[in-house]
Amino acid sequence: MSEFLFLYRGGESGRSSPEVAQQTIQKWMAWMKDMGAKGHLKDQGHPLDRTGKLVKGQKKVVTDGPFAETKDIVGGYTLIEARDLSQATEISLGCPIFEFGGSVEVRPIMQLSM
Amino acid sequence: MELEDHLFRREAGRITAALTRLFGMHNLAMAEDVVQDAFCRALEVWKFRGVPENPSAWLMATAKNRALDVLRRERTARTYAPELGRLLESEWTLVPTIQEVFSSAAIKDDELRMMFSCCHARLGEESQIALILHILCGFSVDEVAGAFVSGHAAMEKRITRAKKVLAESKRLFEIADAADFSAHLPAVQRALYLLFNEGYHGASTESAVRKELCQEAMRLTKILLAHPPGATPTTYALAALMHLHAVRLPGRTDGSGNLSTFYEQDRSKWDAQLVAEGQRLLNLAAFGPELSEYHVEAGIAAIHATAPSAENTDWRTIVSFYNMLMNIRPSPVVALNRAIAVAEMEGPESGLRELRAIEGRERLLSYPFYSAAFGELELRRGKRKAAREHFEAALLLARSPMERQFLQRRVDACKG
Repeated sequence: MSEFLFLYRGGESGRSSPEVAQQTIQKWMAWMKDMGAKGHLKDQGHPLDRTGKLVKGQKKVVTDGPFAETKDIVGGYTLIEARDLSQATEISLGCPIFEFGGSVEVRPIMQLSM
Repeated sequence: MELEDHLFRREAGRITAALTRLFGMHNLAMAEDVVQDAFCRALEVWKFRGVPENPSAWLMATAKNRALDVLRRERTARTYAPELGRLLESEWTLVPTIQEVFSSAAIKDDELRMMFSCCHARLGEESQIALILHILCGFSVDEVAGAFVSGHAAMEKRITRAKKVLAESKRLFEIADAADFSAHLPAVQRALYLLFNEGYHGASTESAVRKELCQEAMRLTKILLAHPPGATPTTYALAALMHLHAVRLPGRTDGSGNLSTFYEQDRSKWDAQLVAEGQRLLNLAAFGPELSEYHVEAGIAAIHATAPSAENTDWRTIVSFYNMLMNIRPSPVVALNRAIAVAEMEGPESGLRELRAIEGRERLLSYPFYSAAFGELELRRGKRKAAREHFEAALLLARSPMERQFLQRRVDACKG
């Protein structure tokens, strides 16, 4: 088994009705639960706040926020376990984020083999 | 932790009502923004971390904190609720005031205040119901439009206009003034009745939507009953009527979601507990001299709900109830229902005579079930050709695919 990080971008539903918001949460919870039941969920992860600081370069210049477009900002992450990259990608297809035009980046965690 | 159905919608209504008491009616949009923020936050956090132990309290606390931020930031930029405004100005009184507004007893009253506010005398009945659904039941403009089978733009316009009328009053309706409360109670009862009817008879093709409208009307009526000055015999009668009608909801459509005639209904699907609750409420409605149209309608519904079959129904009493109803609130639709009951009691010829004699029947000409009633009675006295023509005329007036299918089956029944 290898570990993979899912990075979520975009997929904000904007001003959705309470009913739609509730349904969206229920879809996410069902997906997480399903991953957990199949033994793929290592850490369900956390959402990330939209604000923050960017520290850059040798001069350590500090600026406000991740400057990317809203749709490119990482909104959260999840750590999963899968056989290989293709299985991890397969798992990501069930993510409800796609209904709202978001994306999932699937990144293998490097193995620390000697 | 599973989320209760429609929890978000209902919490949205409650929190909006509480925030509006704090901010003032003229800042309704600000209250709606705070609610929106709280729900966005729930969406972001819960999808990763799951639903907290007490989701309602979580949402309420998040909205409360957000409201504090907004009030601190815009303390001097706006004027807030007239009766609370000064308490929000100083940090000393700000936090306790907000704590008080968000206490659960206060919020119950706020929902009631908002209900009365939405039934503003200057608003038409349709606007009142649209506002109730939008503000108090947390339906988006699109969802309200869906419930009324109206376009988004038209509904947006209606709701925006109605909100402007509310904003003029600055504050929520004050329920503590007994005389004012009693004077406005009939309008609220009427709006809840119409909301229920929209679900029961309405044009929306989705039975889930219609069931929700009925449930919301029942939920709001319960809030009205929980407030002693609101628990009048007429409100009890209204609640009884809703329960006794709701009994028939699951049977109104057959297994594949088609409308079924009253005669085809599978009475075993009727919920005995709802019938019992309806009758209990009807008993509570019977104290004092008040006799409203809801009393009479609940009386009719009670007879139907307890009759073993359509044939074994006390139609004579039902006709006498319809006569009463014609005295209290005459309308062509009531007269139509009365004519059908007369037909059950005396036979199709009498029914047809009554149908033709309905005063103001020109207002029923676009209503598919007026033609359909002629069709049923003609069919019953064996005049298949005439019956078929009436059902075909009704079919042209059908307002939804469900009605169309139902009437098509009646047309087909005339062929056999």
